[in-house]
Amino acid sequence: MAGPILQAKDLVRTYEVRQGMFGRPSPVRAVDGISLTIMPGETLGIVGESGSGKSTLGRMLLGIDPAQAGEIAFDGQAMPKLGTPQWRALRAKMQLVYQDPLAALDRRLTISAQIAEPLAIHGLVPLEHRQTRVAELMSAVGLRPDQADRYPHELSGGQRQRAVIARALASRPKLLVCDEPVSALDVSIQAQVVNMLRDLQEENHIAMVFISHDLKVVRNIADRVAVMYLGRIVEEASSDVIFQSPLHPYTRALVSSVPVPGRPLKGRTILQGEPPNPANRPSGCAFHPRCPMATDICRTTAPPLRAISADRTAACHLVADSAEPVAA
Amino acid sequence: MLRFFLIRILRALVTILAVLTFAFVVLRMSGDPAQVMLGPDVPQESVDAFRHAWGLDQPLWIQYISYLKAIFTGDFGVSMRDKASALQLVIDRIPATLELTIPALLLKLVIGIPAGVYAALHRQSAVDRGVILAAIFGFTIPSFVMGLLLVLIFSIILGLLPSGGQDTWQHAILPILTMSIGGIGILARFSRSAMIEVMGQPYIRTASAKGMNWADVVWRHALPNAAVPIVTIVGFMVGSLIAGAVVVESIFSWPGIGRLLVVSVSNRDLAVVQCILLVIAAAMVVSNLIVDLMYGWLDPRLRSHSAH
Repeated sequence: MAGPILQAKDLVRTYEVRQGMFGRPSPVRAVDGISLTIMPGETLGIVGESGSGKSTLGRMLLGIDPAQAGEIAFDGQAMPKLGTPQWRALRAKMQLVYQDPLAALDRRLTISAQIAEPLAIHGLVPLEHRQTRVAELMSAVGLRPDQADRYPHELSGGQRQRAVIARALASRPKLLVCDEPVSALDVSIQAQVVNMLRDLQEENHIAMVFISHDLKVVRNIADRVAVMYLGRIVEEASSDVIFQSPLHPYTRALVSSVPVPGRPLKGRTILQGEPPNPANRPSGCAFHPRCPMATDICRTTAPPLRAISADRTAACHLVADSAEPVAA
Repeated sequence: MLRFFLIRILRALVTILAVLTFAFVVLRMSGDPAQVMLGPDVPQESVDAFRHAWGLDQPLWIQYISYLKAIFTGDFGVSMRDKASALQLVIDRIPATLELTIPALLLKLVIGIPAGVYAALHRQSAVDRGVILAAIFGFTIPSFVMGLLLVLIFSIILGLLPSGGQDTWQHAILPILTMSIGGIGILARFSRSAMIEVMGQPYIRTASAKGMNWADVVWRHALPNAAVPIVTIVGFMVGSLIAGAVVVESIFSWPGIGRLLVVSVSNRDLAVVQCILLVIAAAMVVSNLIVDLMYGWLDPRLRSHSAH
């Protein structure tokens, strides 16, 4: 079996935040020691509340946001330095899909011009075949040929996101990072776009990192799921396992917050309070102020992310070394 | 497209008519040309004769209608002071004004826009801070202060350049500098903020994430998108090519439209003032029309024919 397409080790990204005009800058660890492995063709879902560092992590995995500590290897090779010719050449292999497709498209250019752009940048398809390739890509994402000369503002939200996806796929990438790719779309369109992404991914054998706060969507598309809380992964497991028997109290709260048709809302764990300010990280386990089961050790000692069983990790003092979830 | 054009031109004509009407009424309400032209101690019969000769004894609305009629036949009236055609007087002065305003406009464009764009691309650098500081300095100092300051430095202290008149090309240097400094500051500020806004857009980050090299990102995606707000300001500057030198021409005794306007207003030389205002309004309206057309070219969302 081939090695991982992407391997990240102990990634750290800190921002300086100044409180008030004369306040001293204090570091905020948006991504705080994250390690991940993504296999070719696999989909890794990353879930977490806003401010948990998921988007920063996504950009770091692509090497767009440089890691301050830690290493990233793509296809076995260390990530080249940002902006170097090697780094630029590698862009053909890894692409990004943003949340807001209108903002991700240049309003001055037609969508076919924008889909063709990666082909031109990397010199992938000779000029005379470029239009054919663009037409192929457009039909692959379900856009009509007559929409080629449309400008972004002349398309619907779903069509724009299809154009963005076509552009991302143009250079035949091996890795696609989707940062909330459907959150800005109508619910009825979301499913279409997610299904299309999944089909395209399978056809082209692309590994995908799917960042979302929407657990229903992640469950639908991801093979494996990593749950982030304040810049760290608190639980990682296969999608089926994590949704059926979440271990970490935070994951459990997230999973139980998803409404299920036909089941009463009673008995759901509802998270209290806001996620804490990352600039002022709680001592011990960062989740303890909101955790219904926090004990003394949670307030003083941060739990390490450890293997609970094969292919399953969690960072919680209360999770025993078995696959069984702790009693609530 | 034709429809778009016709609507715009019609709107432009209405604007010009509004300017004419306003000038016509205000000029006649704010002072009596007969008194100003003839002086304070003339007999009443002379005043009456003057008023009758120029039609000022008619009711305002009759004067207004005959004025409009004359304009539509291309007759812009005669100066009360030297009996020459008002239009000819104005046209004779236009080249002198353009000698100042066109070089000043070019300086604004050539220095202001690149400075702002450079500052935006090197944000928080020493150059960026320097550009902001210089820009604020440039556009906060009013042109009459700037003009006097430059005269003080270059004419009086250093003795390098003449302080007024129109004899040689050296005479044009100080007025041109005075006019361009503020505009350079404004354009630098606008170009900088427009570029900073565009550079923060996801499609710019996407372009570099696609592996496009930096220069291409700037030239292909950033500059064309930042051009819309810059074009607005430049259009305004082009529109004021004729009217923009009133203060500076007065400081440097430059015989352009501005000087003519000041003199004609204080003489209540109605036909000349009205004619100048008409030319100024027409210049502004034409440059606005050009700006509108540029918008359509720069931003497909603003093309009227592409609305689906």
